[in-house]
Amino acid sequence: MDIHEYQAKEVLSNFGVTVPPGALAYSPEQAAYRARELGGDRWIVKAQVHAGGRGKAGGVKLCNSEAEIYEATENLFGKKLVTHQTGPEGKGIYRVYVEGAVPIAREIYLGFVLDRSSQRVMIVASSEGGMEIEEISAERPESIVRSTVEPAVGLQDFQAREIAFQLGIEPAMTQQMVRTLKGCYQAFSELDATMVEINPLVVTSDNRVIALDAKMTFDDNALFRHPQIAELRDKSQEDPREARAADRGLSYVGLEGNIGCIVNGAGLAMATMDTIKLAGGEPANFLDIGGGATPERVAKAFRLVMSDSNVQAVLVNIFAGINRCDWVAEGVVQALKEVQVDVPVVVRLAGTNVEEGQKILAQSGLPLIRATSLMEAAERAVGAWKNDLDQNTRVRAVK
Amino acid sequence: MSILLDRESKVIVQGITGKIARFHTKDMIEYGTNVVGGVVPGKGGDTVEGVPVFNTVKEAVEATGANASLVFVPPPFAADSIMEAADAGINYCVCITDGIPAQDMIRVKRYMYRYPKDKRMILTGPNCAGTISPGKALLGIMPGHIYLPGTVGIIGRSGTLGYEAAAQLKELGLGVSTSVGIGGDPINGSSFKDILEWFEKDSETEVIAMIGEIGGPQEAEAADYIKNHVTKPVVAYVAGLTAPKGRTMGHAGAIISAFGESASEKVEILSAAGVTVAENPAVIGETIASVMKKNAA
Repeated sequence: MDIHEYQAKEVLSNFGVTVPPGALAYSPEQAAYRARELGGDRWIVKAQVHAGGRGKAGGVKLCNSEAEIYEATENLFGKKLVTHQTGPEGKGIYRVYVEGAVPIAREIYLGFVLDRSSQRVMIVASSEGGMEIEEISAERPESIVRSTVEPAVGLQDFQAREIAFQLGIEPAMTQQMVRTLKGCYQAFSELDATMVEINPLVVTSDNRVIALDAKMTFDDNALFRHPQIAELRDKSQEDPREARAADRGLSYVGLEGNIGCIVNGAGLAMATMDTIKLAGGEPANFLDIGGGATPERVAKAFRLVMSDSNVQAVLVNIFAGINRCDWVAEGVVQALKEVQVDVPVVVRLAGTNVEEGQKILAQSGLPLIRATSLMEAAERAVGAWKNDLDQNTRVRAVK
Repeated sequence: MSILLDRESKVIVQGITGKIARFHTKDMIEYGTNVVGGVVPGKGGDTVEGVPVFNTVKEAVEATGANASLVFVPPPFAADSIMEAADAGINYCVCITDGIPAQDMIRVKRYMYRYPKDKRMILTGPNCAGTISPGKALLGIMPGHIYLPGTVGIIGRSGTLGYEAAAQLKELGLGVSTSVGIGGDPINGSSFKDILEWFEKDSETEVIAMIGEIGGPQEAEAADYIKNHVTKPVVAYVAGLTAPKGRTMGHAGAIISAFGESASEKVEILSAAGVTVAENPAVIGETIASVMKKNAA
């Protein structure tokens, strides 16, 4: 789960990380008022969306007066911010953060990630702050400093000092750097984060180390023990279909294509998408309904997939292991009687009792297209979609 | 022979009184697995599916001589259960639980390293379907009847995609020595490389099939290991060619977040290491069959 910059800053400041004075606003009036409250004569106004690259996309503005703040925020609220991380649809701006500007002497990149090779938390830092880490690794790889943390004892002072010296932090500020690094690690480990990124972490001309930006991602599997973090979820930043799927215990990712997929198991779901592509189509989604494939879940899955107006055919691929195919087939038939599905549906069942399952599908009287192998299923789904396109029948209006 | 699990393995089920655990305990016993007990704190003295329940893994090991464990404990408590098994002297543990916090798994891995290598428990999973040595024993939730006994060693991250491969092999009359699910989580007990080592040493395994997916460095690590240490032919399939970058595809670990983690990059790395890559999931079985034919010739 992602949280907003202002939320991440509040979390990190509770762990001893220094952040600029700032305040949240929900309207241009409030933003201007916040600036007055904060004092000073230069402010940064930042759109709060769950994506990086906000600066380049016009979501971050430097303002020198309250009038400028009003104008800048008026242009942000209610808009969609499109950055290289949001996709073309962008993310809605409903909150802005107003911060007092600080005098920047240098910018540092600081990231904490779960490193899957060492199976530990890894600190990634670079003297080239302000650029994206992908750019830094492409253009200035020698500037990157890495350090892994021994989980039994946590981040040690000497490790933090090493990083500070490698980044060329002046000795007078080493202690501030150590405090920042240890604070981030502590927040990461105590709150079950999977990513903490401060880009840039700045050294000011008056010798302070300040987190100018902050991003945190949390482990969904650990939210049960951090209710105060779970509360920070902002559904306005999520794809509505994915949010709805998550609330129903289904794992869904929306894609650009038009063949909807309903599959049990994540690996098989990805493999099914790949096969559709190979057969000349494009998958509309990833959807894992879980190993069980109960009738209720299949019905939920159909509703979810059909809520995407781009979907012009549906491919159901279920490998029934412990759940027999006949039982899954009954679930599919029941779901199709419940849910209005006006596009071709291809069903491929495999595993236990496959013949009985096929029989139930055949006798259902529903206009289902049946397939036995994975390749055949994908070809039939793509074929049905293309056939409908050619004949201009049953094709749903594309949004 | 087979790896990790055979007829002699004495199995306990941690969390045996849960509905799903009960169901699969029955299924495993019917398959022929030597299930000797279960562990649920506070339920010691009960009996489930004809086997005794103990309060602790230590008690279960002392009373039954158990050396393998299957963990069915809910996510908040699963890491603790794995560590309990490691401490009680269990040799091989499979954890089925999906949804264990990643940092809990980091702690589990760290904890297991307190034991010297010859006494260190082998863990596969979490978030996997389990391990089966067809015709011998089943430690997990997979449908046993789709596997024929044979000489193909399977290592896979995904449950149902692994079934798909096994079913394709059965269709071709080919069997499996052992199939090991390593699970879809970012921090897992054993990697492809760890299990490749076992299959390379196993006299019964003739060819090894790896079923990978997007995310993480383990397919690339395996490729490096295969190049230098594996003499047996290896076949691979990598799922997720159409998966977008930066999105989690069902499995917590299935996310492309760094270079080398996409399916096409993994295919390239594996091919360069001499692995025969099945181009699509529908031909995993055929590809293994043709490699075996070539190997026999």
